[in-house]
Amino acid sequence: MKVTAGWKWGAVGAVLALSGCVSSGTAEQNQTLSGTATDQNSTTAQTNTTGTGGAKGQLTGAGATFPYPIYSKWFDTYGSKNGVQINYQSIGSGGGIQQLKAGTVDFGASDAPLKADDEKAMPGPVVHIPTVGGSVAIAYNLPGVQSLKLDGPTLANIYLGKVKKWDDPSIAALNAGAKLPSTTIAVAHRADGSGTTNIFTTYLKTVSPEWGTKVGSGKAVSWPTGVGGKGNEGVTGVVKQQPGGIGYVELNYAIQNKLSVASLKNKDGQFVEPTVDSTTAAIAGGLPALQKDIKAPLVNEAGAKAYPIVGLTYILVYKQQKDPAKGKALTGFLKWAMADGQSMAKDLAYAPLPAEVIKMNATAIDAIK
Amino acid sequence: MVAEPATSKTPERSTTPERSSLIKSGGLFGNNVGDSIFYWGTMLFAASVLVVCLLIFLQLWKGALPSMHRFGIRFLYTRTWDPVQEVFGALPFIYGTLVSSLLALLIAVPIGLGTAVFLSELAPPWLRTPVSFLVELLAAVPSVVYGLWGIFVLVPALRPVEIWLGDRFGTIGGHDVVLFQGAPYGIGMLAGGLILAIMILPFITAVSREVIRAVPPSQREAAYGLGATHWEALKGPILRYARTGIMGAIILGLARALGETMAVTMVIGNSPNMSWSLFDQGYTLASVLANEFAEATSDLYVSALIQLALILFGTTIVVNAIARLLIWSMVRNTQQGIVRE
Repeated sequence: MKVTAGWKWGAVGAVLALSGCVSSGTAEQNQTLSGTATDQNSTTAQTNTTGTGGAKGQLTGAGATFPYPIYSKWFDTYGSKNGVQINYQSIGSGGGIQQLKAGTVDFGASDAPLKADDEKAMPGPVVHIPTVGGSVAIAYNLPGVQSLKLDGPTLANIYLGKVKKWDDPSIAALNAGAKLPSTTIAVAHRADGSGTTNIFTTYLKTVSPEWGTKVGSGKAVSWPTGVGGKGNEGVTGVVKQQPGGIGYVELNYAIQNKLSVASLKNKDGQFVEPTVDSTTAAIAGGLPALQKDIKAPLVNEAGAKAYPIVGLTYILVYKQQKDPAKGKALTGFLKWAMADGQSMAKDLAYAPLPAEVIKMNATAIDAIK
Repeated sequence: MVAEPATSKTPERSTTPERSSLIKSGGLFGNNVGDSIFYWGTMLFAASVLVVCLLIFLQLWKGALPSMHRFGIRFLYTRTWDPVQEVFGALPFIYGTLVSSLLALLIAVPIGLGTAVFLSELAPPWLRTPVSFLVELLAAVPSVVYGLWGIFVLVPALRPVEIWLGDRFGTIGGHDVVLFQGAPYGIGMLAGGLILAIMILPFITAVSREVIRAVPPSQREAAYGLGATHWEALKGPILRYARTGIMGAIILGLARALGETMAVTMVIGNSPNMSWSLFDQGYTLASVLANEFAEATSDLYVSALIQLALILFGTTIVVNAIARLLIWSMVRNTQQGIVRE
């Protein structure tokens, strides 16, 4: 135990100390620690980019692990082009928000927007800039079943423990012609707090009132049933090895690991597979909501091609920047991320933002002083 | 600042006759200045351990205060852990920590002790060194590697074993055996206990072997001289002599099992159940911390997690204290036994 608690705080301290050293020194080498690209607690993972000449600016950020692969690519590319050195610690959204609150970083990153209470508790007004979209894929393991179709209420009932067998009439009705076995459904979910869980449970809450009253939504919830796996790899481990397994993972993880994923029935009644395009379509479908509030959830959005379990990941910055030079470097980077940066998203299985959202972001970025 | 004149006189005072005579005569600090430095230096090191423990405790206590105020003593015996409603209770995690650790001891102690006895007493020399080396190698494997091995190798292998156990021993004489109920996923308490057992095995084996080797040869010679068999010599003079040390080895293993995080998290299933079944999923204190700390945002949530850390701290202290008492009473009994004999 001593080790555990000490390690936690010690690691945070070590990362802080490390980032301090890096940003204060004139780090000459151009290095990118492409550590764990998945959504796990890689406390030590950080990107360090320097320009070829003298650094024009230095920024530090901390937060979400989900966008870490694309962020590290952005920081690296932007840094070598414009000489702005950006250090990012992917310590988790919670840690990023804490550090932004304490003023130890220039920007935070979070998979979920700040709750109203948390936003009030910040020392100043915070601007949410969505950077890319992601979706949550439903992976399953049914030997002999080539494609699986599910709808929201059925998925919620599986995760509520009410639908227990694969040949349940509610699943059979959606998959006419498929030979569904009578195996027990082995439900797997994330055990570690994560933005993926937040998006997934928000979706279940939207499509199932019972889920809303019994469980609710959040980065970690009290699961009615199932096995908890640590990280995407933990959930995948259960699903891949247990015949009859079902679990939810980030889209890019499902693509990399070639998992069988289910098509989900969207708001328009179409069955849609999770892809980068169907994710972008869902963000487009959510535009009316986003135009009212950039923090609106993007689950079960309208659109024939829209995949229903989608979310945005955000960079959080203070509206009033204390250091004008840093503020300028930050807005410079954000503008670049909205333009050149977006074209890099698709290769890494993130969904680029629709033009309308980029326009909204441009207004928000201009408001940062 | 007021005391400045006094402090500036101190160097002069240190050369006063009393002080120098104390040093010359050996006195409090040994025979010379070197000894004195050595004494204070080592004491500083020893004290730093105490200070670190104390600071950890204070920090945890401070962090846990909001949760303690909110939930009071209920935190220890309620079973709900719901971050959405912000209702927290630690019982399933305390249960999971204790049960998985005890399970690990049940498996690792006989194997570890058997290996230690074989290596120190019975094994031919050509076998002794490589096996000892391999056992110690187990201790050097990082726990995340054990965890991944657990998910991808141990758990699939365990599934048919669990199915077999469930079929064979699930019901005996018309009665359900609670240990072998439920769906045989492979992931669960049994997998957690097994992986912990493998992880603590090298500690128990290596320390026990050293302790048994340290038994004076006269003990063995006396036993064999009286015509004792291998087994008689072992269970009497040798193991009796070494048993406090062996207890120490087991405690070392237990302490490691209680605090182990990553490997257990990957195979135990991470569900706050309290079930008698070995197949069911469980959750340990260390696992919850590893899983939920990084993404916990609300103050009460973080505080409840810190209180879990405090409980783990307390559990470790209580378990170690019980173990110390056990050793202490053993030593006392042994000494009394010697006096009586």
